[in-house]
Amino acid sequence: MEYLVSSAVGLLTAAGIYLILRRHTFPVILGLALLSYGVNLFIFASGRIVVGVPPIYVTGAAGYADPLTQALVLTAIVISFGMTALIVMVALGAFLETGHDRIDMPDGEGDDQ
Amino acid sequence: MNHWIIAPVIMPAIVGAVMVLVMRGNLALQRAVGVSATGAAVAVAAALLWSASHNPPQVYFLGDWPAPFGIVLVFDRLAALMLLLTATLALIVQLYATGSGWDARGRHFHALWQFQIMGLNGAFLTGDMFNLFVFFEVLLIASYGLMIHAGGRDRLRAGVQYVAFNLVGSTLFLFALATLYSVTGTLNMADLAVKVAILPEGDAALIRVAAVLLLLVFAIKGALVPLHFWLPGTYANAPGPVAALFAIMTKVGAYAVIRVFTLIFPPGTLATGTLIADLLLPAALVTLAIGAIGVLGAATLARLAAFAAIGSIGTLFTAIALFTPQATSAALYYLLHSTLATAALFLIADLVLERRGTGSLRTARSPIPQSGLIAALFFAAAIGLAGMPPLSGFIGKLLILDAARNHIATVWPVMLVASLFMIIGFAIAGSTLFWKPHEAVGEPIAASALPTSALPFIATGILLGLLAALTIFAGPVTDYLTATAASLYDPAPYIAANALAAGE
Repeated sequence: MEYLVSSAVGLLTAAGIYLILRRHTFPVILGLALLSYGVNLFIFASGRIVVGVPPIYVTGAAGYADPLTQALVLTAIVISFGMTALIVMVALGAFLETGHDRIDMPDGEGDDQ
Repeated sequence: MNHWIIAPVIMPAIVGAVMVLVMRGNLALQRAVGVSATGAAVAVAAALLWSASHNPPQVYFLGDWPAPFGIVLVFDRLAALMLLLTATLALIVQLYATGSGWDARGRHFHALWQFQIMGLNGAFLTGDMFNLFVFFEVLLIASYGLMIHAGGRDRLRAGVQYVAFNLVGSTLFLFALATLYSVTGTLNMADLAVKVAILPEGDAALIRVAAVLLLLVFAIKGALVPLHFWLPGTYANAPGPVAALFAIMTKVGAYAVIRVFTLIFPPGTLATGTLIADLLLPAALVTLAIGAIGVLGAATLARLAAFAAIGSIGTLFTAIALFTPQATSAALYYLLHSTLATAALFLIADLVLERRGTGSLRTARSPIPQSGLIAALFFAAAIGLAGMPPLSGFIGKLLILDAARNHIATVWPVMLVASLFMIIGFAIAGSTLFWKPHEAVGEPIAASALPTSALPFIATGILLGLLAALTIFAGPVTDYLTATAASLYDPAPYIAANALAAGE
């Protein structure tokens, strides 16, 4: 279980980092999405991975799953979802204005301000 | 509980939402409501500053949940100072945006402005690490909207880079918070301060990772080298008034470093030791050097202003990295100064661009209308940013140099040579813009084609007037800042205010 979760976090993060280093907007956005999935799993695991315990403390139970990290993950999911939607819109705008989706700015471009 | 503490967050949130819902088509109404809301924010912040200087830190329990289980806002002298600075800067720059017509070039400018203020105020007030993350996102999402206000090819492309960079920063922040939580089991700042201090040695390595990750996140926000790459493109391509407001955005990073690394990981913490200062000081000095070289070599006026901003961040973080009460008090003084001076320079750059048509510093152009007045404003702002007398930049740098007597071999030469570079850079730029004999390249923009409002000049003048006031009243201001810095290095009242529930 631990190996599965930790290797999933590692794999998602590694793939995300590889993709955000690409030159075009589309893979960069995919990379950001993968990174946010990785971090969501990581936050989830920071409340300790336990199986078969009640979700919230009840008297007599041996332990309980940490509900706080679940709330944190929910918040993080909402925020990263909103941010991904936003960067897609901005990138789309930039693509329509320039006709290509390269993320870097060649020398000289944008220097006429 | 003092309910006014939440007002700086609630007020802009309500005003911004109402603006989007019912004032969509009415720019005049948006302007009136927006400016009066920001004016009210200045009044509230001033009253809160007075309250903070006479009281120990106060805590606002959201939903009346006791700390550390609920989220708290902690209001102390540092928070009060940042609130007043934010509100004042936002009001002046908003007047500029209204006078210059920038707010009419796209939609929802004033609503986004209010959300931006809300995010900034929330970040300064919160006493909870995860809530700090949330307010960072609030201020960032408003800043994304403001950054691409009025659109245009280069602005959108720079916007994509800015958003992508900050999304990576947010992910790092979440990794840091999760690591912090997995070790300590809490995210309340006061509770973290207590728990990190008594952490068993076996957990030191993990908490050190979390501390350095947090430092990286705040360095991205503060545009510290080598994480500064987003700043020149963003600031140079953002609308002038927005770039001026962004002068406070980098200070959010500085604020967070001061808060977290004096409260939770103060120098001498078992887990981190002097690690933070050892990382921060070289980075800050390199930032300062790169800013100064950038000012010297900038090809356009907007990039010159952006690199001047980087230079001032370098100076600020140098003072922070010393981690002594004296240096922190100097850092806070320089923070006030550099925010206002950088904002003034961006407004002046916008005034010039509006009239000259191009910000290129490589070619001389025909003289611009109102050249004398703008040249005088540019001269004053350049003096302020380069740190020459008589403006407050000089006092700020003097205080920092005085606090850095132990680092005479490293801090002094870098800071002094960087100041020289900046003076030369500003002098070259100023003479190209306002003095050089001009070839007839392009027609000068007719004075009649310009907006007639005097408001942009008044707004820029007020910013420079505040620099002068900061110089004249340096005594009382530094008294307040010295007390602020002293309270930062004695966190007991801050922790006590949280009334942490005993036992768990």
